[in-house]
Amino acid sequence: MPTYLVRRFALALVTTAAAVALTFALVHLAPGEPFLAGAEERFVPPETIARLRRDFGLDRPLAAQFARYVANVARGDLGESFTRRRPVAAVIGETLPATLLLGGVALALSFALGLGLGVVQARRAGGLADAALSTVALALASVPAFWLGLMLLLVFGEWLHWLPVAGMTDAVAGPSRGWLALSLDVARHLVLPALTLALVNAATVARFHRAAMLEALGADFVRAARARGLAEARILAAHAFRAALAPAIALAGLSVPALLTGSVLVESVFGWPGMGRVAYEAIFARDYNVVTGVTVVAAVLVAVGSLLADIGVAAADPRVRRA
Amino acid sequence: MSPPPLRRAWARFRAHRTAVAAAVVVAALCLAALGAPLLAPADPLAQPDPVGLQNRPPSAEHPLGTDRFSRDVASRLLYGARVSLGIGAAAALLAVVIGAGVGLAAGLGTAAVDQVLMRSVDVALALPRVFLILLALALWEDAPAWVVVGLIAVTGWFQTSRVVRALALRLRESEFVQAARALGAPRSRLAVRHLLPHVAPAVIVSATLDVGNIILLESGLSYLGLGVRAPAPSWGNMILEGKDQLLSAPWVAVAPGAALLLTVAAFNLAGDGLQDALDPRTDG
Repeated sequence: MPTYLVRRFALALVTTAAAVALTFALVHLAPGEPFLAGAEERFVPPETIARLRRDFGLDRPLAAQFARYVANVARGDLGESFTRRRPVAAVIGETLPATLLLGGVALALSFALGLGLGVVQARRAGGLADAALSTVALALASVPAFWLGLMLLLVFGEWLHWLPVAGMTDAVAGPSRGWLALSLDVARHLVLPALTLALVNAATVARFHRAAMLEALGADFVRAARARGLAEARILAAHAFRAALAPAIALAGLSVPALLTGSVLVESVFGWPGMGRVAYEAIFARDYNVVTGVTVVAAVLVAVGSLLADIGVAAADPRVRRA
Repeated sequence: MSPPPLRRAWARFRAHRTAVAAAVVVAALCLAALGAPLLAPADPLAQPDPVGLQNRPPSAEHPLGTDRFSRDVASRLLYGARVSLGIGAAAALLAVVIGAGVGLAAGLGTAAVDQVLMRSVDVALALPRVFLILLALALWEDAPAWVVVGLIAVTGWFQTSRVVRALALRLRESEFVQAARALGAPRSRLAVRHLLPHVAPAVIVSATLDVGNIILLESGLSYLGLGVRAPAPSWGNMILEGKDQLLSAPWVAVAPGAALLLTVAAFNLAGDGLQDALDPRTDG
């Protein structure tokens, strides 16, 4: 177990380092000097450009710049946002909780839906219900998340007026409410974006879990349990489900990048004030420090997600621990 | 004597009715994209009457209505198919070529080469792919389509390389490869003449499934305004344009989304069917 986890931890560290190096390389090897893009057209005097270059250390050798960048990132300093005139770390720190809330709820919801569907499908494999649910899962796996979001918004927000269409809280009511009213308001705003992300991810979860359950149901220990006369419900819940748990946990780790990517699009559809929307705005404002900062934070989240999943898999499946 | 493997695979694929239907849909979509200039009722960029004809609901003249610039949505949809399918096919092809190349190199190379390549793939698979593509596109103002294709392919070959490497490792110990090696065949010849035909089915399956995923990815980039840019129609940027008139003219956003759903589902089903047909483990 320890060597397995040490190896996984090393991989997470190397991945984060690779993301830091790649973002640096992309920004600094891009044609021109992105940080000063457009400065000449805006008639910024050459002395000012020279001073900016010196201030940002752009006049130093690339290796020295890289060393400084790595040292800064390691300290949690992601540079300054040009458009917001504030540290990038602070901007991300403010918006990350909204993204984590959206992603976390979506992850939980997609697993509740996906695992449930997988069990139902495996139990009725080959039947009509299995085929119908497979078709739904195929459609959900083939639909662009942002379009599904727009359609849900159109139907439940605009036509039926069941749910709010944008933002995280009701702008009119304002923040001066009790925490209960505020939480309920946030929850109402959360339904559509979280459901959008969850439905798309649930399709993948259901597909994998159906296969894992079918494999488990065909195993010898299930036949043995049946021979002992155990109730089918107990065999499903206690025996087969447990054996199919490890792949599901691994899939939860793999869902993190998909949910983060989806959040960029879904946050922009629903005006959700998260990190994805900050990245989107920064791309068009050419605020590169913010874009690189978000990319590095995303890399860390993905690495942490897969590390946690690996620990979970090792806990659920003793064979992995010995490997 | 059993019939040749390809004919057996074809028989299995034909028996898979949904896969055949999906393949027909894929073929029809490709034809529609190729024949867009002949099939489209109007010029996709023409704005015949931006005031009088804007946001018209579907009619005989405009089967899918018009958008806010009075452009014909059906025509834009047909031309948009060229973007989605073109970028999807080109990037998937490039990705599997890179993936197969790296996989064969790792599977046939020395242990050191294998270690370096596969550990790099481990790391690359854990990188936030879309964020890196977004960063690159943000830096590269008005990137042409081939840059989008290149970025998607360069970040999309890792899984294929793993599959191909695993197959190559298994095959390199088989008798026909040992025989070729004993006869003095160099590694490059082993890879191309002896291993490639055996890994081809896995590569084809992987490419087919990739096309669907890449079409989704490209539509997302275009929806963010970073892939194919207006006024050229792509399904992603059509949804972006339709978003602002979701209530007054829902057809502008609904049509390209439905087209994406149909296309990606068809590629996914066809890929699954190919997998069942080409995977010898399911050979009855």
